Amino acid sequence: MIIYENITKKYDDVIIIDNLNLTINDGEFVVLIGPSGCGKTTTLKMINRLIKYNEGNIYIDDKNIKDVNAVELRRKIGYVIQQIGLFPNMTIEENISVVPKLLKWSKEKQIKRVKELLELVDLPYEENAKKYPNELSGGQQQRIGVLRALAAEPPIILMDEPFGALDPITRDSLQDELKTLQQKLHKTIIFVTHDMEEAVKLADKIVFMSDGKVLQAASPEEMLNKPAHPMISKFMGKLSYSRSGNDLTCEDVMKKKIFTVPETKKTLECIELMKQKELDTVIVVDANGKYKGIVTIEYIREYGKPGEMISKITKTDQPSVLINTNAKDAIDKLIELKCDYLVVLNRNKTVAGILTRTSITKALASVVWGEED
Amino acid sequence: MRIITKFFENYGEMLVKAILTHLQYVFISVGLGFIIALILGIALSRLPKFSNIIITIIGIFQTVPGLVFIGILFIYLGMKPITVITALTIYAIFPILKNTYTGILDVDKSLIEAAKGCGMTKTQILFKVELPLAMNSIFSGLRMSTIYTVSWAVLTAMIGLGGLGEFVYRGIETNNQSLIIGGALPSAILAMTLGYIIDKIQNKVTPKGLKGSE
Repeated sequence: MIIYENITKKYDDVIIIDNLNLTINDGEFVVLIGPSGCGKTTTLKMINRLIKYNEGNIYIDDKNIKDVNAVELRRKIGYVIQQIGLFPNMTIEENISVVPKLLKWSKEKQIKRVKELLELVDLPYEENAKKYPNELSGGQQQRIGVLRALAAEPPIILMDEPFGALDPITRDSLQDELKTLQQKLHKTIIFVTHDMEEAVKLADKIVFMSDGKVLQAASPEEMLNKPAHPMISKFMGKLSYSRSGNDLTCEDVMKKKIFTVPETKKTLECIELMKQKELDTVIVVDANGKYKGIVTIEYIREYGKPGEMISKITKTDQPSVLINTNAKDAIDKLIELKCDYLVVLNRNKTVAGILTRTSITKALASVVWGEED
Repeated sequence: MRIITKFFENYGEMLVKAILTHLQYVFISVGLGFIIALILGIALSRLPKFSNIIITIIGIFQTVPGLVFIGILFIYLGMKPITVITALTIYAIFPILKNTYTGILDVDKSLIEAAKGCGMTKTQILFKVELPLAMNSIFSGLRMSTIYTVSWAVLTAMIGLGGLGEFVYRGIETNNQSLIIGGALPSAILAMTLGYIIDKIQNKVTPKGLKGSE
């Protein structure tokens, strides 16, 4: 059990951690989260005494960590950092057995442990042990980073945004692996992130911090359902939005890059433009950018006369919706009217975008499978 | 061709002796310089506060022409090999010192943090992480020092202590071109050979994991 008791940390006169009290139980996966500068990393690094605190005490299993030699303390606590920090001059095997070696394990025991650990993440010993970190991908490197932390079987692992620098797909699979590992090994894990999705996925308990204080410490479910502070709701906001399609508005599902032409354009000019941009329809706006209607290439062919302004032939009955319309209603309208697209308007009648089947599919896909960009 | 054979007939023995003396000066000075520079460089990297001042002071020493420096030392220490070795050692220190210091300081801070987090002591961090990673830089400094020292050692002849410089000085005094070349060419070859040997050693001591990434 780790207990923070009235911990205060100052840099000069600036209070970084303000009278923090927190208890972390054995085998618990605790995620520290909050905006930048909230003190989450500081809180983490106090446990292995990488950062000193000014007041208060931290106990690990009833032992005040001040009474333990810092070097020995750190050998009993696994540590994983965002920059991975594998030693480039050491092989994978040497990297993993850094702490066992410091603890003077026998050579055989070290090798056995490395084999065991590499197996745990499906990296065969023979192929990987003698490689150097720069021969591995970022994701593999961080797997080794996690193994290094596990090597000497410490009961506590500290992780400082360990997956922050990885691409989303790798991050996702490493999160899964970590969760599985945790369930297998029952370590106490303290994990810092600023990604609420990651926190919800991994944590038994989320500790939300702001300005050096704990705003709420609760299970992910409880935090999602009953956020104790508006700032937490804001952090959760994106998450709850991406979880239900019901809250989507037209703004979320429309295509924003659109092409408009002023109504004073002449027909021939307009045809030239459409050829250039490979469009068969353009949106017509007035001098103030307000929506007027649409013009299609067929329309111009049929009714257009050279030298005439396109305002004369603008089709004004194209259905449009307001930007804050619920996406579902807009989609229903699109299907009902059997048209290819709806024009999405801002409140002031300027054009915000268009709603097409493609834009909707893209937006829904990102809700289901996550943002692509 | 005949000139060359004649040169070797006349001066061959003297040349071998000069090369050996020259090498002796280089090895002793660079060796001493290396040890001093390494220790100083490590010490400076622990105290980055003072490093600027110290590096500046040594840099100023560096700008004093070797000729002047050996001359001054000659007055105090006399015509002894110690004079030459002191001067050459001081000149040899600087490139190694600077490269040791920057090599250690350039080690990624996150690696130091990882090492600390693993429970390494400061000494362990130095020997297991910082020095291995600074090795490349340190050896570049050593290479530079060695090559410089070979050419500076030519000046030892100025105070009559032998080495390849003797050929050059005698050549100048007697207006004998082949003597000048006979001293200059071997020192150039010596510098290049030593540089090459150090490259090879550098390649050996550079951690494998660092080679691919450069």
